[in-house]
Amino acid sequence: MLTDSLRRIRAVAAKEVRQLLRDRLTFGMIVGIPLLQVILFGYAINTDVRHLRAAVADMAGTQLSRSVVSSAQASQVVDIVAVARSAPELETLLRDGKVSVGLYLPPDFDRLAMSGTRPAAQLMVDGSDPTLLGVAQGLAKLPLAGRYQPPRSVPATLFEMRNFYNPERRSAVDIVPALIGVILTLTMVLFTAVAIVRERERGNLELLITTPVSTVELMAGKIGPYIVIGLIQVSIVLLLGWLLFHVPVVGSIATLYLSALLFIAASLGLGLLISTLAKTQFQAMQLTVFTFLPSILLSGFMFPFDGMPAFARWIGEFLPLTHFIRLVRGVLLRGASLSGMWVDVWPLLAFLAVTMVLAVLKFNKRLD
Amino acid sequence: MAGDFAVETHGLTRRFGKFTAVDGIDLRIPRGKIYGFLGPNGSGKSTTIRMLCGLLEPSAGEARVLGHSVPREAETLRRKIGYMTQSFSLYADLTVSENLEFMAEVFTLPSARREARIQGALERYFLKALRQQRAGTLSGGQKQRLALAAATLHEPEMLFLDEPTSAVDPQSRRDFWDRLFDLAADGTTILVTTHLMDEAERCHGLAIISGGKLAAEGSPQDLMQHIDALVLEIDPKDPRKASDLLRRQPYVKSVTQIGNHLHALLKKDTRDGVRQVQALLKQEGVEAGVRETHADLEDVFVASTGSGEAGDDRAD
Repeated sequence: MLTDSLRRIRAVAAKEVRQLLRDRLTFGMIVGIPLLQVILFGYAINTDVRHLRAAVADMAGTQLSRSVVSSAQASQVVDIVAVARSAPELETLLRDGKVSVGLYLPPDFDRLAMSGTRPAAQLMVDGSDPTLLGVAQGLAKLPLAGRYQPPRSVPATLFEMRNFYNPERRSAVDIVPALIGVILTLTMVLFTAVAIVRERERGNLELLITTPVSTVELMAGKIGPYIVIGLIQVSIVLLLGWLLFHVPVVGSIATLYLSALLFIAASLGLGLLISTLAKTQFQAMQLTVFTFLPSILLSGFMFPFDGMPAFARWIGEFLPLTHFIRLVRGVLLRGASLSGMWVDVWPLLAFLAVTMVLAVLKFNKRLD
Repeated sequence: MAGDFAVETHGLTRRFGKFTAVDGIDLRIPRGKIYGFLGPNGSGKSTTIRMLCGLLEPSAGEARVLGHSVPREAETLRRKIGYMTQSFSLYADLTVSENLEFMAEVFTLPSARREARIQGALERYFLKALRQQRAGTLSGGQKQRLALAAATLHEPEMLFLDEPTSAVDPQSRRDFWDRLFDLAADGTTILVTTHLMDEAERCHGLAIISGGKLAAEGSPQDLMQHIDALVLEIDPKDPRKASDLLRRQPYVKSVTQIGNHLHALLKKDTRDGVRQVQALLKQEGVEAGVRETHADLEDVFVASTGSGEAGDDRAD
């Protein structure tokens, strides 16, 4: 009986692979999605913002004011691309989006700077892009050059910061491991959901359910190939991350693949569940996107998890991607072990169990 | 359970919400015969077949197929039955032989028998030359042959065919039926649904289904001989006027125009039907030859369902 069952699972899996190889677009996506995403996200997402376009209105025109402008330029945070002659002109440049930052140095800049009682210059920032604000705040702390130090003593910093695991503060090092999770979420959930719904839509299921194939066999056979595809995608992302962005692999590769396998299984479970709810491939895609967005936004991939309000964090804890991102960063960058990160392992196991049970219960081997 | 009947149902009923698709059908289908379900689209033929295959759960009543109660023992039954769906349901992006290999694996045929069965099916259903062709690119008739080959690969005791020839030209249909007779001769029980009279006439036994109910049952010959009506063939000068006239008579069940002839079904107990009709037409000034004739299957269908046509286009 067991060998019969395995034969049927193998038959379904072999058929699935054949169909997949013939469907060039889908096959292209398996390789194309990780390739494109690693390159796009790896290069585009850079939290270390530099070279903001800036305009200067230096009303003082003194040696001191000029040195402030040139040290701002030297910091590389801003590129001074325009010179304004008045404050309103500076505002216009800012409003029209020609620059993101405006430096205003008033006519009595020297006197104000020397007195040190209140800020001597004004920094205008385009707050419509929140990421710029933080950057500009750094700029505001720019020290005055050399001998013009204000008389008030600056308190020494309490802590000296040491950056572990990503000393150069490169975004790609954080992004690429998390990207494994994002790509798997998208492709694994979508492929399984669509693969089963397609069978229903094209009428194949009506035939299959009069054969001895059982629900579990059908699902196992359909899922099997996608597990392999998921692991291929993991390898593509890792390889590209290492080649293009020098993402380090501190932990063991075996542990990494094991956690990826766990996450793939959880995603496939979700895909299966979606396939039992959706009637058409279009619905399956919509449902996938519906689950994909919160995953991206609330998992800590886009925004720092600890910075989110309690409610959002609470939702985030239910998403497999949240736990996988912690796992993969832990394993890849810090060399953590799965037993050490058990708090993020068991939620994935629980998610897998719940979705699988629901999917098998919901999947009717009848038409009604 | 007696082994004489392949299918036995009692009060088989299926409701979809408030709509009753199949309404208390009692059936006894003998083994080794081709048995037809004749009825218009939407009459409940497909729903009945789907219940017998275990695809749908009956709302009431019971059914036994090959001695197994469905849907309870549907899993056991699945190895013994073959099912050909109304629309092509094999994989369009797999080749002919890949589809057959898949089905052979799904039914876990022993590997020694597997090759022989696949080769045999390719030959029997003239698919050898099309072996490497994707199923999606086959013609209607070729798809039908492939579907039948796939459904019979595991040598089922019983075959369910849901409108198998709806997308097939007449020549392919004849060939297809020859294959069905071959299968029946080998002992396979075949249950086929159709809304085509010429197909229904080829069946050993026939159930006429209308509005979810069993309207008549028997062999086509019996049904035609024992039709519950008097069948007249009328040859009027003005067929339109004659049929309008006849339809108004209380003893006339239905009138069908076929070319310049009329086929009229009169109530069975009508006295002197021929003379009555002759007199009526003469009185109204319509010249016509009137004679009694044998019923054909369409007459049987009309007489038992009270409906004008078998093939109305309501969705199933």
